[in-house]
Amino acid sequence: MEANTRSTGRLPAAFLTPGSSSFMDFLGEHQPELLPGNRQLPPTQGVVEAPHGTTIVAVTFPGGVVLAGDRRATMGNVIAQRDIEKVFPADEYSAVGIAGTAGLAVEMVKLFQLELEHFEKVEGAQLSLEGKANRLSTMIRSNLGMAMQGLAVVPLFAGFDLDRDKGRIFSYDVTGGRSEEQGFAATGSGSIFARGAMKKLFREDLTEDQATTLVVQALYDAADDDSATGGPDVARRIYPIVTVITEDGFRRLTDDEASEIARSILERRLEQPDGPRAALL
Amino acid sequence: MSTPFYVSPQQAMADRAEYARKGIARGRSLVVLQYADGIVFVGENPSRALHKFSEIYDRIGFAAAGKYNEYENLRIGGVRYADLRGYTYDRDDVTARGLANVYAQTLGTIFSSAAEKPYEVELVVAEVGETPEGDQIYRLPHDGSIVDEHGSVAVGGNAEQISSYLDQRHQDGMTLAEALNLAVQALSRDTNGSQREIPAERLEVAVLDRTRPQKRKFKRITGRQLARLLEGEGAASATDAEDESAEEE
Repeated sequence: MEANTRSTGRLPAAFLTPGSSSFMDFLGEHQPELLPGNRQLPPTQGVVEAPHGTTIVAVTFPGGVVLAGDRRATMGNVIAQRDIEKVFPADEYSAVGIAGTAGLAVEMVKLFQLELEHFEKVEGAQLSLEGKANRLSTMIRSNLGMAMQGLAVVPLFAGFDLDRDKGRIFSYDVTGGRSEEQGFAATGSGSIFARGAMKKLFREDLTEDQATTLVVQALYDAADDDSATGGPDVARRIYPIVTVITEDGFRRLTDDEASEIARSILERRLEQPDGPRAALL
Repeated sequence: MSTPFYVSPQQAMADRAEYARKGIARGRSLVVLQYADGIVFVGENPSRALHKFSEIYDRIGFAAAGKYNEYENLRIGGVRYADLRGYTYDRDDVTARGLANVYAQTLGTIFSSAAEKPYEVELVVAEVGETPEGDQIYRLPHDGSIVDEHGSVAVGGNAEQISSYLDQRHQDGMTLAEALNLAVQALSRDTNGSQREIPAERLEVAVLDRTRPQKRKFKRITGRQLARLLEGEGAASATDAEDESAEEE
């Protein structure tokens, strides 16, 4: 069946057939070759070299959730890109940050955004946050074949749950396994260091400002110990992407706001290289 | 076997057109107007859930009069067309002109195919531009013709009368409140010229607002925000449309 989207001909029958509200289901029936999961990969020897994104962190606070990522993409031991964007709005009330093979991840995000928007337009209502998280699970699972060849995509999904009135975080493994995280979460190569930092700094009663500072502290610590994670690049004015999702929806901090947080942290680190300390007991 | 009666093509088409027009006339009319910051859709609709207006893509809205199941089918087809095109190429490559062409072809093929019953629908596809000059409004009658409209357009059974009323009174650069009140006046005039009252709960209103910071410009106007805009003709300023927090109930 030829996609009649290029010509100005009549809409093909598939477009007018009542059915699923899912864009992926529609693609699967109408143009399956466009679905990333249906791609046939030639057998390869060794690992495919492609830029990888690294560390994504998220933290909840009363009234919302913060999702942030560093800006570095690496290919082997080379820095492939210094200003990559790895945190994207999924829709008005959720965002997704991606670690893993950058090209595939960005494509997955694009399809995921479209999936949510398509559902919303067809049904006239948004998916529940749980529904969105499950949809992302399905997409990662369809990428399993490529993940086995070293092209894994591991996202972190965060959003404001309008039904429960709070921010929530979901993390994933390469097989699409999904788990809800309490308080804070991290994914990607620097995630172990970031998680350590967040574990010491996290409290239940953070304000939004404290939460955005916390994630940048965590990213700084990840960059400190993981060569694949980039710290705030003051010389080039490249700062982490920090996004906040509350009842009012998704908001990305402006470069000025992000630079202010990053600079104040850098200044403190000049005096105290290991950052803020938690009480011993 | 008996031979069927001969019906001239002219007669067959005239019959089909009459059938479709009668179907469309059973529903209420709706209007689409340009105002300073975008395009507003106004119609009488007792249902909260079954919409006459909806979002197709970032800057493109859809309005329909006639048979619900038929235009709903076309609406979903349009959403699929737009999303697939945007996914294959780029979001900027989805245009109202392209969509209107596809709808026109679809309606036209159905209308002239003897095997299918003609659709009893009349559509409007509108795209809001960066400036009022960039706005596009296309009206698509049941037979697959396509009309490029400016300023204001009405579709449905009583469309001709409403259109002429709007043509006389619509001006460029109206505020949202002014355009909305004009639209309600036009819709509430009966065929014999008398005025009836349409309560706010029975109105469905949506806008394509070019000043919205989001990429998606379509927004429904309901509840208190709608009441405020209807209150005092033109008194409320168009900036109220952006005050989204006040509308939450």
